[in-house]
Amino acid sequence: MSTELELERPAQPPSFQGISTGRKAKNLAATVMVSLCFVVAVIPLVWVLWTVASRGMESLLRADWWSHSLSGVRANEDLGGAYHAIYGTIAQGLVTAVIAVPIGILVGIYLVEYGAGTRFARVTTFTVDILTGVPSIVAALFVYSVWISIFGFSRSAFANCLALLLLMIPMVVRSTEEMLRVVPNELREASYALGIPKWKTIVKVVIPTALSGIVTGVMLGVARIMGETAPALILMAYSARINMDIFEGSMANLPLLMVKEFTNPEAAGFNRTWGAALTLILIIMLFNLAATLVSRLSAVKTK
Amino acid sequence: MAKRIDVKDLNIYYGKFHAVENVTLSVPPRSVTAFIGPSGCGKSTVLRSLNRMHEVIPGARVDGSVLLDGADIYGAGVDPVEVRRTIGMVFQRPNPFPTMSIRDNVVAGLRLAGTKNRQQLDEVCERSLRGANLWEEVKDRLNKPGGGLSGGQQQRLCIARAIAVQPDVLLMDEPCSALDPISTLAIEDLITELKQDFTIVIVTHNMQQAARVSDQTAFFNLHGVGQPGRLVEIDETSRIFSNPSQRATEDYISGRFG
Repeated sequence: MSTELELERPAQPPSFQGISTGRKAKNLAATVMVSLCFVVAVIPLVWVLWTVASRGMESLLRADWWSHSLSGVRANEDLGGAYHAIYGTIAQGLVTAVIAVPIGILVGIYLVEYGAGTRFARVTTFTVDILTGVPSIVAALFVYSVWISIFGFSRSAFANCLALLLLMIPMVVRSTEEMLRVVPNELREASYALGIPKWKTIVKVVIPTALSGIVTGVMLGVARIMGETAPALILMAYSARINMDIFEGSMANLPLLMVKEFTNPEAAGFNRTWGAALTLILIIMLFNLAATLVSRLSAVKTK
Repeated sequence: MAKRIDVKDLNIYYGKFHAVENVTLSVPPRSVTAFIGPSGCGKSTVLRSLNRMHEVIPGARVDGSVLLDGADIYGAGVDPVEVRRTIGMVFQRPNPFPTMSIRDNVVAGLRLAGTKNRQQLDEVCERSLRGANLWEEVKDRLNKPGGGLSGGQQQRLCIARAIAVQPDVLLMDEPCSALDPISTLAIEDLITELKQDFTIVIVTHNMQQAARVSDQTAFFNLHGVGQPGRLVEIDETSRIFSNPSQRATEDYISGRFG
């Protein structure tokens, strides 16, 4: 009996102790580090937003800002607006997106769903990776040398769009590719097993599952190309008038307006530069909100 | 609508790797056939080659013939999509379509094949969910996403989805291995019911399950690592589990190896 009791007793009594000073110190140090990094990262962001908002607000509150161009407005007059540049930014952004998104998504689908493992697909993926890193000025010079010097077209908003396409297509391909790759193969097999053809499986099962990620990638691309300045400087001359024709003549956009007015020493120039900056941020924000809505509607649901 | 399957001299390859050799077996209509055997012996591979799901994997191919009521599903000009519509499949892990509601999951096969008639789809939805013993549990939330169900319910949803297209044969690849005993029981009961309308082939690691649900059992084995798997014997389940004709089968079912 007594031996049994001996056996039932744990070999060593449990010795739970408080957290050691060393661990507490490390924990504190890590917490402080992480929090500090967060603050350091957020300060410039808030600072930029505040600076742009406070300096640009004055221009945005004038009704003319949204409806008039700067045509015939003198450098020192706080008159006119950015309609010509807003139109330019949105038109160039949309034209680029409308061409780049279908091409990019289709290439992504090919690489993941059809070409997987083939030499051609591997080379394409590699090339796309390199193209994602091409600086915008290089894309602009390439379009200038081919579209304008060799083919003989004149500088226009469309030439700018061509350079933006070179920047945006690889981004869309990359994000589509990555999103399609994370769709589990089991879903494709489940669909095949129901007797659903491959193309329909891709359109109705794979793409909807990956859609929210693809939309996010597209929006990042749109935001980037709307802020591109170098191609616009090289491929498109600034115009203070409203020009609706993307194929002919010079046209403004918001980054170009900023470059132009940056050299204007008058107070009006200051207002216009910051006003254009704030307008650009607002437009990109609106696009992002729309995209969030789309991806929220299409997101994978569990509840 | 249930049909018989006759497999003749089936050899299955992944690229250069010979995965399964010389399988010949027959599955009568309206019966349950269980495939048992150790991991890697090729039973899932054989199952997947019965509805041409095998060839979805790049480099995979098949020699020999699989006859569905006498028609070779590997014959020249046979559309694999058509084969899979006739021979449905349920997978190891429940895989409802995450973007679709419960109703859309069930009727996915019909809707994506072009059926638009809403009333017809609703009828199929109810009939299939009843057939999968899931109707009572989900009838009030058909518009909720399928991903919100429990694992066992999701697997029955996948079975409902598979029977909604009214296949002739239903293949099940370890359908209960991710489920708890109660959900497993629900699926086993369901298999016994489905047997009245479908020809069923089920792969399982659970020998009690094979003994409970199947009419005939096929034992697969492999001689060694890197060697192709082969069918050791196929017989009535009661004979396989009481008096198998092969020594290897007896060793396996009595737990002496594998």
